[in-house]
Amino acid sequence: MASFFQSARMMAIVERDLRKFFRSPALMMAAMVFPLVQLIVLGNAFGGKIRDAKLGIVIHDNGPQSIRVVEALRAVQSNARTFEPIVYTDEKEMVADVRKGNLNAGLVIPPQFSRDVYEHARPRIGLVLDNTDNFLTATFEDEMTQLVEALNQPDVQPRVVQQIALQTVELYPYIEYMKYLLPGSIALAMFVSVMIGGGIVYIDDKARGVHEGYLVTPITKMELVAGLNVAGALKAMGAGVVLTVIGSLIAGVGSSFQPANFFWLLLLIVSTSFAFIAMMFLMMVRVNDPLIPRAIFGILNTLLYFPSGAIYPVQAFPKWLQAIAWVDPFTYSVHGFKAVLLKGVGLAAIWPDLLYLSSFAVVAFVLSTLLFKRTL
Amino acid sequence: MTEPQKAIQVIDIVKRYGNFTAVDGVSFDVAEGEIFGLLGPNGAGKSTLIRMMTTLLEITSGTAMVEGSDVRKDPDKARRCMGVIPQAMTSDGDLTVWENLSIYSKLYGIAAADRENSIKELLELVDLTQWRDAPAKNLSGGMRRRLEIARGLVHRPRIFFLDEPTTGLDPVSRVAVWEMIGNIKQKRHLTVLITTHYMDEADRLCDRIAIVDHGKLVALDTPRALKASIPGSSVIEAQFLNPPPGWEETLKKLAGVNSVQPEGADMYRVLTDDGPHTTTDLVETAVRASVLLKSLTVQSTTLDDVFVHYTGRQLRDHLADAPLYQSPVAWGK
Repeated sequence: MASFFQSARMMAIVERDLRKFFRSPALMMAAMVFPLVQLIVLGNAFGGKIRDAKLGIVIHDNGPQSIRVVEALRAVQSNARTFEPIVYTDEKEMVADVRKGNLNAGLVIPPQFSRDVYEHARPRIGLVLDNTDNFLTATFEDEMTQLVEALNQPDVQPRVVQQIALQTVELYPYIEYMKYLLPGSIALAMFVSVMIGGGIVYIDDKARGVHEGYLVTPITKMELVAGLNVAGALKAMGAGVVLTVIGSLIAGVGSSFQPANFFWLLLLIVSTSFAFIAMMFLMMVRVNDPLIPRAIFGILNTLLYFPSGAIYPVQAFPKWLQAIAWVDPFTYSVHGFKAVLLKGVGLAAIWPDLLYLSSFAVVAFVLSTLLFKRTL
Repeated sequence: MTEPQKAIQVIDIVKRYGNFTAVDGVSFDVAEGEIFGLLGPNGAGKSTLIRMMTTLLEITSGTAMVEGSDVRKDPDKARRCMGVIPQAMTSDGDLTVWENLSIYSKLYGIAAADRENSIKELLELVDLTQWRDAPAKNLSGGMRRRLEIARGLVHRPRIFFLDEPTTGLDPVSRVAVWEMIGNIKQKRHLTVLITTHYMDEADRLCDRIAIVDHGKLVALDTPRALKASIPGSSVIEAQFLNPPPGWEETLKKLAGVNSVQPEGADMYRVLTDDGPHTTTDLVETAVRASVLLKSLTVQSTTLDDVFVHYTGRQLRDHLADAPLYQSPVAWGK
């Protein structure tokens, strides 16, 4: 007798997909290589401290206060090595070198600087910045502000504190950029896996007539869609677990291997996998041309990965980009992985992410089942 | 004498894609145990017809009944009693022969206890036992087609649909597949509906043939009756060197000639009731008129002639008639 849902038929689709996957895992390996390369390259390229930037100095004053400034600059050069001071005699030449890119910034100690300091006559030091590079500009401004603050400190502290200082308490150890990237890389590995397994391979199978073979059997729409979703999710879970383990070892996130954390990570991997494959299937359910998933791979990656907060905080986005982030399952996945991997918190922090991802998966699955055509 | 049971009934079936009518009011019956051929060029509507009967395409109007089940109203029941071999090789190249059959056994809900014996029996039937553990991609075209045939039989269907099963195969493999289909039909008491554009295949295999052109059924009968239905029992194809004006009229006056069809390049196709006599007359007439004969062939009427008679064209003339473009997104199809 015909029945609405037979798990054996669904599992036949899962079995076929997984057998095929284990016979030709090259594509899935490629799915993991991309996020790993991104993690290693971006993790090392970004988030590092500026070292040995070129700072031109023009000294128009030979007084003791001017010497203090130069000594402070030499101290930075010797310790933090943020910049390397290069003395110029001609101010115009120094500014020209900043413009040409020979120098990253310039510092001008004006004539009578020392006298102005002693006379409390608003002494100033000029900082010439190449503000086409925001990151270098911010670094120089930050470094010079600290240097000037240090120079402004009185030799003898007044008995009554006149300036309020902010004391920062960091809840977690210092997070290197590679660690910050790891949650996004795990989600990206799962996304690439469903893009290949649920997008490219699904449409290729359709184009080769594999689905035509399925459609002449008594399998129902729901069994077929569920089978393809479960198979895709299992492959994505594999990619997620492998990236979590390898990525944690590379980035040095030891907390991943604590049993409780690993359990929460597994929950996130499972819910993310189902959300991603259901989303991909919903997008591909009526597509027949094998070129389409390949063509939209890059667009989807940009549209879903970058607004998720994986590489830059969502709070910094304009409203329209925040709206994308709000519905993007990537955002919830990345948030959940960050909570567990970087903060070591559990269900209390990730339950909204798990709820959203699971609900998203269910809604997308229902919609794609409704849209799936059981005819050619 | 009782009329044989109808295994397939197609009543005034129509398939439209927008303004284009792919199948236009086709009706026919297929008796139980019969091998029924749908003959026609690519784009004639044969595959559309078979896809409607096998629930792969929605029917615009009309009815198709398989073993008494309306494919529109009860597609699931219809699917259980039919085995379908699509035109494309759809077996999974990365999976072994056994795995391909096992997956389909599960899709048809064959009980685990029966599965192994059923697959073993099928492999023997299609002569693939020694290849059971070979990946399907390593099989030759003919072997792969035999695997597809086995796959369509895993649930012991009573009706077997084959959509151009020998397309793309070499002549030796084609003959092997024909023999296999004939044997399987006998052993499993199947009703077979087969589409093809190979005339010899249809002539050899089919009990009855329906000729389809531009989505319409133009003729339906046994191969013998179809050949007898057209004027002339023999066909003479003759090519001349620079025949004089009015040569076609001269040929029409030869002994026994029913019709003459010019085919271009001074080639003429002469249908006659008396092949030997007409041939002799044709040669003598050419000699008398000092017209050089470049080539001459005489043969009995074939299904190709039947096709030309009913459609007015050679089958090969419109092998590329199929629509080339299909939208990548099947919105509202």
